[in-house]
Order: sequence, then structure tokens, then C-alpha cells
Amino acid sequence: MQTAEAKVEAKNLISIEHLKKYFAIKQGLFSSAKYVKAVDDITFDIPKNSVFGIVGESGSGKTTIGRTILRLIEPISGVIRYLSTDITSLNKRELRIFRRKMQIVSQDPYNSLHPRKLVKNIIGEGLQIHFKLSSEEIYQRVKDILEQVGLREEAMFRYPHEFSGGQRQRISVARALVLKPEFLVLDEPTSALDVSVQAVILKMFKDLKREFSLTYLFITHDLAVIDYMADYMAVMYLGQIMEIGSKNDIFSSPLHPYTLLLLNSIPNPDPRKKKKKVLPIGEIPSPIDPPQGCRFHTRCPYIKDKCVKEEPEIREISKGHLVKCHFPLG
Amino acid sequence: MEKVKSITQNRKIKLFFKQREPILEDWKHTFYLWKSTPLAMIGTVIILIFLGIAIFAPLLTSYNPTAQNMNERLLPPNSQHIFGTDQYGRDVYSRVVYGARVEVWIIFIVSIISITIGIVVGIIAGYFGGVADEVLMRITDMFLAFPRLILAMVLTAALGPNLTNTMIAIALVDWTIYARLGRAEAMKVKSQPYIEAIRAIGANDLRIIAFHVLPMSISPVIVQLTLRMGTIILTAAGLGFLGLGAQPPTPEWGAIVSDGRSYLVDQWWITTFPGIAIAIVVLGFNLLGDGIRDILDPRLRR
Amino acid sequence: MQKMRGNLLNISKLKVAFYTYRGIIKALNGVELWMNKGERLGIVGETGCGKSVTALSIMGLIEQPGEIIEGDILFGDKLLTSMKETSLINIRGKEISMIFQEPNAALNPVMKVGFQIAESISRVKNKKIGKEAYAEVRRMLEIAGLDWERTINLYPHELSGGMAQRVMIAMALSSNPKLLIADEPTSALDVTIQAQILELLDELVKKFGNAVILITHNMGVAAEFCDKMAVMYAGNTVEYARTTNIFENPHHPYTKGLLKAVPKIGRTDELQSIQGIVPDLVNPPSGCRFHPRCKHVMDICRKDFPPLVEIKPGHYVACYLYWKEGIKNANS
Repeated sequence: MQTAEAKVEAKNLISIEHLKKYFAIKQGLFSSAKYVKAVDDITFDIPKNSVFGIVGESGSGKTTIGRTILRLIEPISGVIRYLSTDITSLNKRELRIFRRKMQIVSQDPYNSLHPRKLVKNIIGEGLQIHFKLSSEEIYQRVKDILEQVGLREEAMFRYPHEFSGGQRQRISVARALVLKPEFLVLDEPTSALDVSVQAVILKMFKDLKREFSLTYLFITHDLAVIDYMADYMAVMYLGQIMEIGSKNDIFSSPLHPYTLLLLNSIPNPDPRKKKKKVLPIGEIPSPIDPPQGCRFHTRCPYIKDKCVKEEPEIREISKGHLVKCHFPLG
Repeated sequence: MEKVKSITQNRKIKLFFKQREPILEDWKHTFYLWKSTPLAMIGTVIILIFLGIAIFAPLLTSYNPTAQNMNERLLPPNSQHIFGTDQYGRDVYSRVVYGARVEVWIIFIVSIISITIGIVVGIIAGYFGGVADEVLMRITDMFLAFPRLILAMVLTAALGPNLTNTMIAIALVDWTIYARLGRAEAMKVKSQPYIEAIRAIGANDLRIIAFHVLPMSISPVIVQLTLRMGTIILTAAGLGFLGLGAQPPTPEWGAIVSDGRSYLVDQWWITTFPGIAIAIVVLGFNLLGDGIRDILDPRLRR
Repeated sequence: MQKMRGNLLNISKLKVAFYTYRGIIKALNGVELWMNKGERLGIVGETGCGKSVTALSIMGLIEQPGEIIEGDILFGDKLLTSMKETSLINIRGKEISMIFQEPNAALNPVMKVGFQIAESISRVKNKKIGKEAYAEVRRMLEIAGLDWERTINLYPHELSGGMAQRVMIAMALSSNPKLLIADEPTSALDVTIQAQILELLDELVKKFGNAVILITHNMGVAAEFCDKMAVMYAGNTVEYARTTNIFENPHHPYTKGLLKAVPKIGRTDELQSIQGIVPDLVNPPSGCRFHPRCKHVMDICRKDFPPLVEIKPGHYVACYLYWKEGIKNANS
């Protein structure tokens, strides 16, 4: 949660309050229901025209939260606001109008596009659903958006499998952008791509953001990419936010031990800087039965008694920089 | 102005072909694969001949398949009647040839009915899941619990023995297979990332089912259908043999086989020729179905 | 054969092709690679560069529809490329071991983990699976940082990604191979687990003295783990040097482009991309396969692939920009 001041300054495009999504796991007739607490009471704001990064590993809930915000997965409780409208309780018809403004680009370039449809129809479908346009107009718009993402007109008449991974991601982006959205969830959009292709796609995202005044929620496990793209960020672990704030604050002075350990774990593409690092202990726990108290305590090298018994509150340490820890660093 | 018009016309034509290009490529590739599968080719040839016979029946024989001629009863195969005649003097050859038409008709009607019911049930169950799934699957189970031939017999006995009822009976048993298959495919497609992407664009369920789930689920169903066509013929022939199917004088192959039952030893030709026809056509469908399945196997395609 | 540059492994002029319906994929185009005992060599490159194919060639695991059409692989004094399968079996898993990206794919899902390790150990020692083998299993699991009592009785699907990779490492190192080939061993793992696994690998190979070939697309992993690096592009080695030299002093235009494209924490300049796309290996560009994307392309680049020449001691580049320097050094 950013402070009241921060809220007034940067108008928030998206506001999430106490969002929860649990997945029930089927058990036998005689055992009690178990849940994967994928998103467990998440609150944050995304200012307009900013890039908000979410970083986490397996089980952190970062994938779920992107989809829950778009209501592709329905939350079990909590509020999602688009500007000032509460979209959590809208019915399907009302939600459809918002769907146009909020889009998603997923991780998997190979399965995100319908394999048996021409690119023209994949991109044009959104236009057919939301607008009444003639086929010439649709053709023109599809052509324009393909140009924006760096693909030629001929691409329209091809099938997805004729393109490389990077090109397919561009097609996914084109599909999202043709509706002229304001908010884009980018879910690990470059994780499956080669390094040089990633560079091109990330730069494209920056250019498009400038050109179309977009707001991004950028989800990834790669802190270097977050450093390059994001203005604000949240670190997630087992369904909760451990630390949240501006990217610069978090990178220069990480407050949560998990953040520090994440930074330490990243192999640095610089062979000169080889320092002895503190690493987390053990495996990532399953999100089905997260640890009691502070969820990170089983892996924290700075663990104390309190951490095992009590779940920490999220506290603001400096302006806009919050952490969920009994004994924050620094 | 005229020049502009003709240029846009030109462009439109070029565009038309350009759009079809990838589809053409696909077909070319399929053809290439088909050529390299000898069994599929044999199957296709058999079926094409079968269809040809059905379509061009009047050109292949001058005899009327139902015309009786008591002067020419039980003649062995000769130059006038290359398959001989039956106990009513009817030309066996023309009965077999016109019988092909009956078989094609049976396959067509049974397929349409069973696929329609099967796909609707299967896709709804697979896509929506939950209660709908459970209810529809239990209904499917009920139909599956009956041995097919028995159920067909019961239905024809109840509704009256004629060809239409036979076809309905066979279809009412067959649809369950397509329902199960359709359901499995729908479930698989539903969980693909591109379906989620389309929902994000704002498509509603109806659109997703009609334009996305259905086209993707249909191929395995078509393959299964081809594989089952042989069985449909066999079942219809079996029912015809029992007198429950086509009624005389309709020249359905199974009925013809039944006709020749009492004459099997001395006048073997009445039963044997339609029997061989059944065997060859069923084989053809099986080969074709196997071939189609191999060709459509996505792993072998790329 | 040309002079041997390494005392453990020497690959020269390796060409591998795959015959598919689309055409012949010329996966390796005359790869040059070498290393010494106990060294850590990183092979870095993007999709399609041929790093995995090279590893499989060393192991003799190239199967239909692929084959090695040319070139030599010399391991110690054994010419692997001319050996029959029966002799290669004695080297695989014993003198040369390999671990893969998806550890669960390499484990049999219906056998307990302990049994599988025991099986590989007994194969190495040519003895039956018995108490001795299991004692060894316990030792290896402990070294790999696992709770041996628990792990021995687990099935592969009960292991997490990190644990499974530790099991693989245990299995691979149980024969104390002269060479361990690790093909993207951490790419499928979470960041924190990746760090743990790399640290484990570091400890173990230091202790046992194995040479390691680490194949990765992640420059950071290569920087942290490897002494030397080979950069591959579209079936060739384009640069080979000590890791510090690759990062501080890259010469080949592709290496430079790659380094400029990698996001790094604290980096303030814009990422730069390499123009063009990865070539189609069925119809690869003539001569130097990088030439269509190279800013400094010259006529000769289109004609023949530039040989790998030594421009500074221990630093090799395959590029006509440095041709003269290379010849000078070779003659002096």
C-alpha cells in the first residue's frame, strides 16, 4: 500500500485490495479440504503510465495474480479497481467493456496463439468482438498494428507455426494492442526467448508504452529484467508480498532477507565480481501448507524465535517502501 | 478512376489466393504424407471404388435388382449374370451393385445422427465441466452399458423392423463414442493458453466453443468415425441378416447374405458375393482410418 | 590432425547433419573445441547454435536421423568418432558423464531413486547391486546435500526440481568421471535453487577434480562457474577464451552483440539488440553464418567460414576482422 500522499500524486490505474485466490485440491471423501493459497491477501496500487514489476519464484503466486486482476481467474475475496470502478463485482456483460482496456501477454509463445488460424484472424478477432467494422477496416487496423510491432503485412496470411518464438510474442502483443488497451499484464513475456531476442522485445515494450501511454504489470523471475523495465516492484513469496516499493529503493537497500537472497542468487554476468554470498537454505516449501508464522522462516538465515510463531505485519519503513518482516535489514 | 478500380480488383484477387496459400500448403503436405503411406492409399482406392459403384450403379448393370424372374432361378455365375441369380431369379450382381447405394445411405445417416448428438454432448460436457459434465457422462454411461447389437435389436424390435429404424438404432449406440472423444478433446483444448488469451480479448463461451473448441476437437472425431464406418456396415449387415434391418426387396448386403442362407451349399454365389463385398469395404475403411490417423498425428506431421 | 590444443578433449572440424522431411539440417559446421583436465569450459549460445548437439556428439549419442559426417573427437588418446557403440558404452557414464536440463526426464518414474543410483553405480563397477552399492548411494546422496534415508525410498515424481538435479549430479559423479557434461542443468530451476545447485557443483568438482563442460544460454551462469568460455553461433565456435577475457575484451561481433543484449542489475545504458534473425540451418548463409547480421561484413565473409585463429595467448576468434593478427601470431 502506498501512502495517502503517494496515492494523490500518481493517479492509480489499478488498485488491488486484500485480494485472495485459493485453489481447492480434491481430496478423498474422508479428508478435510486443502487449499493452495496462491494469492493470499495482496494489496497494492499501480500508478498510471508506470511499470509495476512482480518478482517471485515457483509457488509465489505471481502467475495467478496477473490473471486474477484480469478476472480470467476469479478471486475469492478482495477488490480490484480500475480507476475508480470496482470491477470485481461486474457481471459478464459489464466486464466485457473493461476487457478491452486490460489485456495480457503470456509466457508461452508456442501455445498462446490458435494453431489453426491465420494471424490475420487471430489479431482481428478482438476487433470483431468489440467493434462493428467492415472487413477492410479490420484489415487496415491489423496491418497497422503489425507494423507497430515490427512485422510485415504478409505475416497476416501465415500460421503461427511459421514464426519464431520472438515473432510469435510480437503477434501476441499485436493481438493485445489492436484493441487499444490502457493496461497490459505481461506474464514472463520473454522467459522463453533467447537473450538477443529478449532485448528486442523488451525494447519494443518500452517503445510501445511511450507511444500508447500504457501501464504495465510486468511479472518475471528475472531481477535484471525488472531492473531494466520497472519503476515500482513487489517481491512475492508463497502468495504474499514480502517487500514493495520503488525499484530503485529496493535494489539499493533491500529490506527483506528474501529480497537480499534473491539478489545474491542471481548469477552476475561479470566474472570479476565474485563475492562470497549468503544463500537461502533448503527447498521452496509447497504453497499447499505454507509455514506458520513468517512464511519465509524455513529458509531465512536470519531467523529468530518470533519468526516461527508470529506472522509479521506489513510496515512502511521509508516513504513508499514497505516490508513484511519482523527484523528488516538495513 | 477506372484504373484504380481495376487495381483494387486485382489486389482483391491476389489477396484471395494469398489467404488460401497456407491452407494450400497444408493440403500439399497432407497429400505428400498420404502418398507415402501405402496402406492409406489402398484404403482410399477401395473406398473410392465403393463410392463409384454406388453412384454409377445404373451404368454398371442393366438389370433391375428387384425384378424377379422365376425362369432364371438359382443360375450359377455365367455370362449373362456374372454373380448368378438367387431363388427369385434376381441378378445377384445388380443386387450387390445397388446394395452399395444402400450401404452408403446407411453410413451417411448413421454418421450424421451419431456425430451430431455425440459432439454436442461431448463438447458441452468437456467445456463446461461440473454438473453438466457429470449428468451428461452418466447418460452416456447408460447407453454404453448395453451391448450394441442387443440394443439395436431391441430398438428395431420395438420400433418395427425397417431400414430407418435400424439406422436410428445404430446411431443411438454409436454416439457415445464420439461424446467421450469430444469431451476429452474439449477438455484438452479448454486448458490451452490461447483459449485463455481469447477470453481475455472478451470472447464469450458460445464464441469460444463455436470458433475455437469445435474446430480443434473435430479431427479425432472424424478419424474415429472413419474407423467406425466399417463397424457400422457390419452391424447393419448383421441386423439385416437377422431380418431386422432392410426389408425385402431392398438389396442390403446383409439381407442378401441372409437370403442365400438356405442355399449355401449348392448355390454358394448368393451369399458369397455380398459377403466378399462387405469384407472388402470394411477392410477399406479400416485401412483408410488407420492412414488418416497416422497422417493427422501431429508428431509425424512436422 | 591438427595440433592438440587441450590435454583432455579435442574436437576438430566436427560436422553433424540431420536428415528431415524439410531438408538437411546442417547443425554443426566444423566445430572446434578443446579443454584440459580439471578445467571448466562454458559453451554459450542461443537456440540452434549447436551446443547440445556438440555435447551429444561427444557422448556418441547422435542417432537417426542425424549423423556425424566429418570431424574428430579425441578424448585423452581415444578417438571417439571412430569407436564402435560397444566401446563407447564403456566410456559413457564412466569416464564421461552427462546431466540434463530436465532431471525428471532422465529418471525412471516407476523405480525408487535409491535403486536407480545403485544401478548406475553397480554398472560402473561391474558388480551386482548389493550392500556395497547402497553404501555408495548413501555416500553420494550425502555429498549431494540430501537426506539420504528419506531420498533413497522416494520416487522421482516426489522430488522437487532441485532435489532431482542433486540426484542426477550424484549419479553422474558416482563414477568419478574425467569429464562431466552439464547441459543447461539449472535452466528449469528457480533462481535460488539454481544458485544452490551451482554452488554444489562448484564444491564437488573442486573436490573430485572433474573437468566440466557447462552448456548454458545464461551469461551470468557461465561467468560465475567457468574458467574458459566458447561462444557458439549457428554450428560453429566463434570465440574461445578465458571467461574474464570474453567479458572484458570480446572480439567477435556476435559475442559483443550478445553481451550488449544481456540485462544486468545496475546497468544504466540501453539494451542493444543484434539485427536480423537466427539463420535457417537447412539453408544457412554461405561462408561465415553470421555475415547477414554483421555490421562489419566484407566480401570474403560470404565465401568461406573464417578459421579459428589465436589473436592473443589463449584467446581465439573466428572472424576475418582479426585474420591478419591471427596469422601473425601463428607464424611468430
